[in-house]
Amino acid sequence: MFLIYCPYCEEHREEEEFRPKGQAHIVRPKDPEACSDEEWGDYLFFRDNPRGIHHEMWVHAVGCRKFFNVTRHTVTYEILETYKMGEQPRITAESLARVEIQGNVQVAGGGQQTVGATNAAVASVKGEQA
Amino acid sequence: MSNAATFDTRTEANIPVESPLAYSYQRSGAPAPSAKSRVVLRERAFLGHLVLRGGAIVLDEAVRAVLGFGLPARPNTLSHSEDGARSIQWLSPDEWLLIVPGGEEFELEGALRNALGDAHYAIVNVSGGQTLLELSGEKARELLMKSTPSDVHPEAFPVGKGVTAVFAKTNLILRRPTETRWELVLRRSFSDYCYRWLLDAGAEYDIGVER
Amino acid sequence: MSKSVTQPNRLKEGGRIDRSRKLGFTFNGQHYQGHAGDTLASALLANGVDVVNRSFKYSRPRGIVAAGAEEPNALVQLGSTEAAQVPNVRATQQALFDGLVARSTNGWPNVQRDVMSLVGKLGGRFMPPGFYYKTFMAPASMWMTYEKYIRKSAGLGRSPMEPDQDSYDHLNQHCDLLVIGAGPAGLAAALTAARSGARVILADEQEEMGGSLLDSRDLLDQQPAAKWAERVLEELAGLDNVTLLPRTTANGYHDHHFVTLHERRTEHLGETAPLVDGHRGARSRMHRVRAGQVLLATGAHERPLVYANNDVPGNLLAGAVSTYIRRYGVVPGNKLVLSTSNDHAYRAALDWVEAGREVVAIVDARANPQGDWIDAAKAKGIRIITGSAVIEAKGEKRVSAARVAKIDLAAFKVTGQAETLVCDTIASSGGYSPVIHLASHTGARPTWNEEILGFVPSLVKGVHAAGSARGIHDLAAGLADGVAMASQALEALGQSAKAVELPQVDSRREGAACALYQVPHEKPTLRAPKQFVDLQNDVTAGGIELATREGFESIEHVKRYTAMGFGTDQGKLGNINGMAIAARCLGKSIPEVGTTVFRPNYTPVTFGAIVGRHCRDLFDPERYTALHQWHVENGAEFEDVGQWKRPWYFPQVVNGKKETMHEAVARECRAVREKVGILDASTLGKIDIQGPDAREFLGRVYTNKWEKLAVGKCRYGLMCKDDGMVTDDGVTSCLAENHFLMTTTTGGAAAVLEWLELWHQTEWPELNVTFTSVTDHWATMTITGPEARNLLAEISDIDLDRDSFKFMDWRAGKVAGVPARVFRISFTGELTYEINVQANYAMHVCKTLFKHGEKYGLTPYGTETMHVLRAEKGFIIVGQDTDGSVTPEDLGMQWCVGYDKPYSWIGKRALTRSDTRRTDRKQLVGLKPKDPKVVLEEGAQIVFDPKHAIPMPMVGHVTSSYYSPTLDSGFALAVVKGGQQKMGETVYLPMADGQVHEAEIVSPIFVDPKGERQNV
Repeated sequence: MFLIYCPYCEEHREEEEFRPKGQAHIVRPKDPEACSDEEWGDYLFFRDNPRGIHHEMWVHAVGCRKFFNVTRHTVTYEILETYKMGEQPRITAESLARVEIQGNVQVAGGGQQTVGATNAAVASVKGEQA
Repeated sequence: MSNAATFDTRTEANIPVESPLAYSYQRSGAPAPSAKSRVVLRERAFLGHLVLRGGAIVLDEAVRAVLGFGLPARPNTLSHSEDGARSIQWLSPDEWLLIVPGGEEFELEGALRNALGDAHYAIVNVSGGQTLLELSGEKARELLMKSTPSDVHPEAFPVGKGVTAVFAKTNLILRRPTETRWELVLRRSFSDYCYRWLLDAGAEYDIGVER
Repeated sequence: MSKSVTQPNRLKEGGRIDRSRKLGFTFNGQHYQGHAGDTLASALLANGVDVVNRSFKYSRPRGIVAAGAEEPNALVQLGSTEAAQVPNVRATQQALFDGLVARSTNGWPNVQRDVMSLVGKLGGRFMPPGFYYKTFMAPASMWMTYEKYIRKSAGLGRSPMEPDQDSYDHLNQHCDLLVIGAGPAGLAAALTAARSGARVILADEQEEMGGSLLDSRDLLDQQPAAKWAERVLEELAGLDNVTLLPRTTANGYHDHHFVTLHERRTEHLGETAPLVDGHRGARSRMHRVRAGQVLLATGAHERPLVYANNDVPGNLLAGAVSTYIRRYGVVPGNKLVLSTSNDHAYRAALDWVEAGREVVAIVDARANPQGDWIDAAKAKGIRIITGSAVIEAKGEKRVSAARVAKIDLAAFKVTGQAETLVCDTIASSGGYSPVIHLASHTGARPTWNEEILGFVPSLVKGVHAAGSARGIHDLAAGLADGVAMASQALEALGQSAKAVELPQVDSRREGAACALYQVPHEKPTLRAPKQFVDLQNDVTAGGIELATREGFESIEHVKRYTAMGFGTDQGKLGNINGMAIAARCLGKSIPEVGTTVFRPNYTPVTFGAIVGRHCRDLFDPERYTALHQWHVENGAEFEDVGQWKRPWYFPQVVNGKKETMHEAVARECRAVREKVGILDASTLGKIDIQGPDAREFLGRVYTNKWEKLAVGKCRYGLMCKDDGMVTDDGVTSCLAENHFLMTTTTGGAAAVLEWLELWHQTEWPELNVTFTSVTDHWATMTITGPEARNLLAEISDIDLDRDSFKFMDWRAGKVAGVPARVFRISFTGELTYEINVQANYAMHVCKTLFKHGEKYGLTPYGTETMHVLRAEKGFIIVGQDTDGSVTPEDLGMQWCVGYDKPYSWIGKRALTRSDTRRTDRKQLVGLKPKDPKVVLEEGAQIVFDPKHAIPMPMVGHVTSSYYSPTLDSGFALAVVKGGQQKMGETVYLPMADGQVHEAEIVSPIFVDPKGERQNV
């Protein structure tokens, strides 16, 4: 049972109010007729399944009915940020890895320990892009 | 005008009308409130319910012009006319619920449409699709805690707040217009389920139903 | 049956029980007496009941071992009546009440004489780990037979066969800080947070809050420790920002600090919740707590030592002995031998002596124990045998002696001659394991702390542990830790902690413990008498050793092979010992072997509390239309469609006999085809669509064209996903140039609305359009049949002339004096008007229709008739005739596809994928059974060649099948490979009973193929 911050309602709400809608940032090809069968198949059927940072789309079904995005750690289930449709994530696997290697800290999800991303790393990334 | 159809649902006189809870009262009963009742429930049936969609700034201007009070400024809040008879609730960044005394809704929709002119907006009359229940009494909050995962503690749910909430296995709109009163806006088709739930969960508080 | 009511093991004074209140209870048919404040376990011990159960696998007699949630043996079945049966209750956690009736969970026919004990006596070599797999799995077909008897003789209680009289509920809670455990650390933490103004919940699983303070020998501010606990609890109870939950077990720690607490509200009062003011409150309650931060003050479980026959009744945990004496005034025996690896356990011997009974000896595994507790024991004149341990217990249904010998810890060897000490009780302590279960639920792996010889919890963000729960067993340090950890939690919440003054603790000097888990025996482990590790699942040290020899090296595999920790106690007592034994056998250290993962729930939770109020009539929401009462009063049978209750058919009583469904449906069908019928269509989803781009939007989400639909017109639309597969359908009407009303399937309403929002919000935010559900606002009555116009004309001011109000038009006007929108669309193929009115007026319109309809033969019909009528016309039902793998072309609905629309609408591209272009795709056809009396089974598989060897190639299946009164024949819709090119061909439907039905492939339109009837 997650606790999710809805970027539109500006509140944390219970997971019961939301529904997951799969990977975020899947864009429909602008000209579908120009796609090969393979390209169209990729758009329709193929999704990432990372161990670690994942960007997901959710909808606040019992609430404002808005779709939004969630950056979630698939090992710790920690939600690192939520952001509105049309926005880009501030935290990515790459941005965290960069900061954590600089800080000489173990990268999240590297082992069995569910340490999550360190507070310092998340704060640093948020600060960097704020 | 926005080139949308409006529809006056008011009928000729003497035509019987049934609230969404008409069948529920008959089937499940309506225990009369007593001195022991620590929760009291009252249906405010046949109100005018309009859904407003569009941009906050345009809608606010039109609503102020027509009703004399504006949209609530923050998410999850309510605004009221001075006498409390008309309210507007934030539902989403582009959606508000306007509740007015029954019978006003058609003229109000027309007046708002006039005031809005060519702006991008929508108004939808949903008066037949929902009903409003008032909940009061010392155990009203505890009854809500049994029913919804929303935090109804006064710190988290101050007067003037309103949210869409999970309620038992369905959902509804939950609002707190005053210190002592909660309002539940139910969808018609779920209202019997919600009513039975409230009676069941409220039995230990001797829940009473004002008719 | 009545027996003496003396309680031989009850002390004259002491403890926290109320001797003035006597409570009678029954255990295994015998009547006993206890006192208010007892648990069932303490009362049984007071009465000298030694054997409380038979063990799971070997059926050995078992007694009470512990005093809390970790108890593995004393599982009882409660209940004096069938309806009140509760299985698997730990006697140590069940408060005694007057009239309590309990039985042993295990033991058939009874605990004193048990048929399976023969197996136990014959010894372990008959039942090694994997015994059941190896013995009973061949032949596989016999397992079902074996299982019955094995289950009966093993068993773990049974569920009631009659409905529970009690109710249960949930309470959703939110707090800043949830403190779990109200022992010293938990109380100090709760006090700190409470005084700082945070919203605090303090939950504790015992009958009384206070934890170890309730039986502590320590003084706080020169007073008994329990006094301090009382004062703190009094203060907390007076604070608005604090919720105290006694008798409440935190059972599951879920994501993001969502914790489920199980509160036993009336279990201590009686079998069923007492009536208060005519209401029976909830017997137990699940608190669903969303906490900002969580502080685990869950304490520690003492580990028993693993020695031979350590399961004979009379073997107890040292701490449990102290608890029973100090808290309940019960000494569970006469002559005690204490076997320990640490100082703390000495308390048991001191308490025993002070209770006036004999301590035969303290057997300490350490060569030279030093400390205040040792000095105190010496001062009492207790014999202390050092460098030794109890290596074996003697006795069958009660300990009769302890064999004690010198041992070499490093070499894991008995080094001296064993001495036999006559005694009836052996208390043991191998140290203290922090209760890490809840932390483990969060996914955090615990880490081994060599200093305290235990796993301590790793903590994810927002979780804190204090006191014994993280290995700080010293009282003063534990109290201070509670304050410190609460302050840390408050800081994380952005709040600051107010200082809390802690009581003075008279500190005692304690020496270091030694690491002792399994005690060596003179014989090798596999030949020695059984040394039990997991008492509930009968896992022995020998079993674990065998598992490691058979190649199970991972502790998770050892666990699964031996079933260690799989009991309802989840190995609270045994797991660490088991890991230590596995480590010894594998030549590894405990941290190298690692630990298994604890999962929710911490202790068993009654299903009632999990279900709460969501049962019986409230199991699932029932959605009613505005006409529901009419349907009920007119005898409708209902069908569930999603959460809606829809009339299925309306059986009439004909000549005193109620019609069957077949008869009712045939009558309803004829009424529609010949006269006029009425259907409640209010459940169809209705979405109000407004905006200048509404038309463009419709063109993108529907397969067909919308740019020319005029105001006043309706159009059927098909909706696909982008994979080209049909996902919904319905009629959309143009209300005004920028205003449309879309209808969806009943089941698809919410999904379609969300689908429209998805595309609008993610792909096409530039389109100016809004979607609002108006499903509940409108009630829809469909009148259909040749007499529909005549009927409607009587009560409506709308011009119904066939040329001015055409098929696929809608008009506004009044029906029965109520403003209505009337849509001339048809799902039956007959002349049809769908009357939409504001739902609050629907009942009036419905009754008026019937008042005027009688002379036209107006007949209510339900979903079954609707299905027959639409299928006769070949109209599909999405979700019945489609299954997510069917394109519009598969349905033969090319007429509904706008191939040349400028925008590449949802699903278009996929229709030209190689797979969707195959000519042998399954296509919708009609099937006409060769025998008209046959109604094919829906779902039946279709083959071209019934003589083909099995497995036959299956080429499709029946999607809809009914008897048609109009055709006087069965008929069906089906999908068949390449079916649209096979009209007139015969297919076969082999059935499970050997029959093979023959059917002809025909057009799916069986009635009025030219569609003339709806246009009249």
